[in-house]
Amino acid sequence: MGKHQIVITPGRSSSNYWKDIYRYRELFYVLSWRDIKVRYKQTAIGILWSVLRPFLTMIILAIVFGYFAKLPSVGDIPYPLLVLAGLLPWQFFANSTAESGNSLLVNQNLITKVYFPRIIIPMSATVTSFVDFLIALVLMLFLMLFYKFVPSWHIIFLPVLAFLIFILSFGFGTILTALNVKYRDFRYILPFLIQIGLYLSPVGYSTEVVPDNVFWLYSLNPMVGVIEGFRWCLLGESSVQAGQLFISTSVSLGLLVIGIRYFRNTEKYFADLI
Amino acid sequence: MSELAIKVENLSKSYQIKGTEKQGYTALRDVLTEHTQTFFSKVSRGQNPLSNSIKQKTFWALDDISFGVEQGEILGIIGRNGAGKSTLLKLLSRITEPDKGKITLNGRIASLLEVGTGFHPELTGRENIFLSGAILGMKRGEIKKHFDEIVEFAGVEKFLEVPVKRYSSGMYVRLGFAVAAHLETEILLVDEVLAVGDIEFQQKCIGKMGDVVKSGKTVLIVSHNMGTIKKLCKSCMVLEKGNLLFYGDTELGINEYKRNYSLAAVQASWENDDLKNDKVFLKEIHVKDKNGTVTNLFLNSQEIYIHFIVEASEDVRNFTLAFDIMKNNEILLRSRQVDFVEADILMKGEVTELICKIPSWFFNAGDFYITPFLSIHCVESLFDSSDPLVKFTVKLDPSRSKYHDVLNEQNHPGLIFPTFNWKVEKI
Repeated sequence: MGKHQIVITPGRSSSNYWKDIYRYRELFYVLSWRDIKVRYKQTAIGILWSVLRPFLTMIILAIVFGYFAKLPSVGDIPYPLLVLAGLLPWQFFANSTAESGNSLLVNQNLITKVYFPRIIIPMSATVTSFVDFLIALVLMLFLMLFYKFVPSWHIIFLPVLAFLIFILSFGFGTILTALNVKYRDFRYILPFLIQIGLYLSPVGYSTEVVPDNVFWLYSLNPMVGVIEGFRWCLLGESSVQAGQLFISTSVSLGLLVIGIRYFRNTEKYFADLI
Repeated sequence: MSELAIKVENLSKSYQIKGTEKQGYTALRDVLTEHTQTFFSKVSRGQNPLSNSIKQKTFWALDDISFGVEQGEILGIIGRNGAGKSTLLKLLSRITEPDKGKITLNGRIASLLEVGTGFHPELTGRENIFLSGAILGMKRGEIKKHFDEIVEFAGVEKFLEVPVKRYSSGMYVRLGFAVAAHLETEILLVDEVLAVGDIEFQQKCIGKMGDVVKSGKTVLIVSHNMGTIKKLCKSCMVLEKGNLLFYGDTELGINEYKRNYSLAAVQASWENDDLKNDKVFLKEIHVKDKNGTVTNLFLNSQEIYIHFIVEASEDVRNFTLAFDIMKNNEILLRSRQVDFVEADILMKGEVTELICKIPSWFFNAGDFYITPFLSIHCVESLFDSSDPLVKFTVKLDPSRSKYHDVLNEQNHPGLIFPTFNWKVEKI
């Protein structure tokens, strides 16, 4: 009997924070499983959609930047491959931040009725988007086959970069989640930010076209390092520099720490605010 | 002596209510404009623009409450809307944190706050059992162990692979309760779930609750239904405005509660001292005549209009308002708005008036009592006073027949006095 003693006092929950997350890990699995399951419930359309979205966006971007604007590719990499390699991490980032931003509101009936560490919710939203990302990666492989493009040995670093983009998305996502609960109109700002971000990141073009005088200012965007890193991994060639990757890594870790902190400070009031 | 399952010491919880704001949430836009406005108005008045002066009112939902619940005890919690019942359950289940005080729980705790919590409409019955179980805090192994029992209890064997969005509301509720009823936690919090489903299933639920007690679980039940509380609980606590009014024997507690809910002649109204606990709040009941005059005395030749005013604090579908008219402690009739009009949707913040017209020449003479019930059809009881709240008196109209003037309840028995067609013919 005594082994399950729980003491509730003001401010108590924060002292057992990490232990609690571990104790509720099963709920985390179940919620992620639910989100994935619901997403692909109408099997054909569900999975097709995760492939179709990057595919169609790739075609548009390749036409606009590669054909109309005649921007150069890197080496002899086909332009659609260049675009898709940038689009994969970008769409993962955009989807997961949007999903986690809304996740608490979508799950508000749970939050107002059951206790669990709230961070599980944006975490599982990020995982769900990650599954989409993995599916889109298969599209990348098919496209490489189509162009008879052989990836270099750099591809072994793919998990490292996937991990980096995961951390970046999750950190940014938790901040947005907490902001979204507090200020309900924040979700109208988010799509706008993501739209701008698409052009400020080297998704439809390569960083090589960025003029030298603004190069480092441009590289302050953490997505620059990540996207060029992905190209380096998948396509073997890219203008990525160690400095850019350093910026991406430190911003990702910084956002993660700030995000979790901010989330912890506000999560106590979630049930009262929602 | 058994160990205390729940020990609550000096527990307090407050909410801040902003003077003007009515919305439950803030918009960044409003915060920015508000701050700029106050900044400039302070500058123009020569005050320090950075000092904080937004007036906030503190509302103590629970104020310095202490009690202990013994292991295996079933405790009823009763009180008016806004008395702090739901806040207490929220604190016990850790959904929100207390401001002061301490709670010690010996054992795992789970709450059955609303059936079907966490159900996803797209998932099948089988998948939802695992989902809902996990949300309520069950381990996968536990759910597997009880899976067959849960399915059998809910009676949904044939529909296990069907998405729950295709379930009838009755099936949905049964499945929700079935999962929760098989929780293996030592402490269970129950909020108004017993008033769900059809009569047969309600009996099953009450039976199940009885089994739960025998298994040594500690159970806290919040209900507006005094019948349920009487049946299940040996002891109860009465909360009023965040204070513990009474703790002890159920009968005495219910009497204490009823004393606060005294019978009103003519009309009844309550101040909404509740923050947001109740989905739908019955604000007022009036009994009026054809001209809209509030009265409690009618001739049986007059029409009677019963007005109910309700306010919703969130969007509600399948809203049902019913009332019983009682005479001599027996139900003469029951009427529900949904039997006649399909106006069953309430929007958040809306105040709605429901009017029932009772035709003339219906009641016999006597005193009649109105007992209202609010519910979400087959899902949840929102308000159940279990006792009449309003009384009115009917006298016979002597003008119809000269024989009426000496008639009264005693020499003219029967509950109703309809006008039948009498023909008198000489043969």
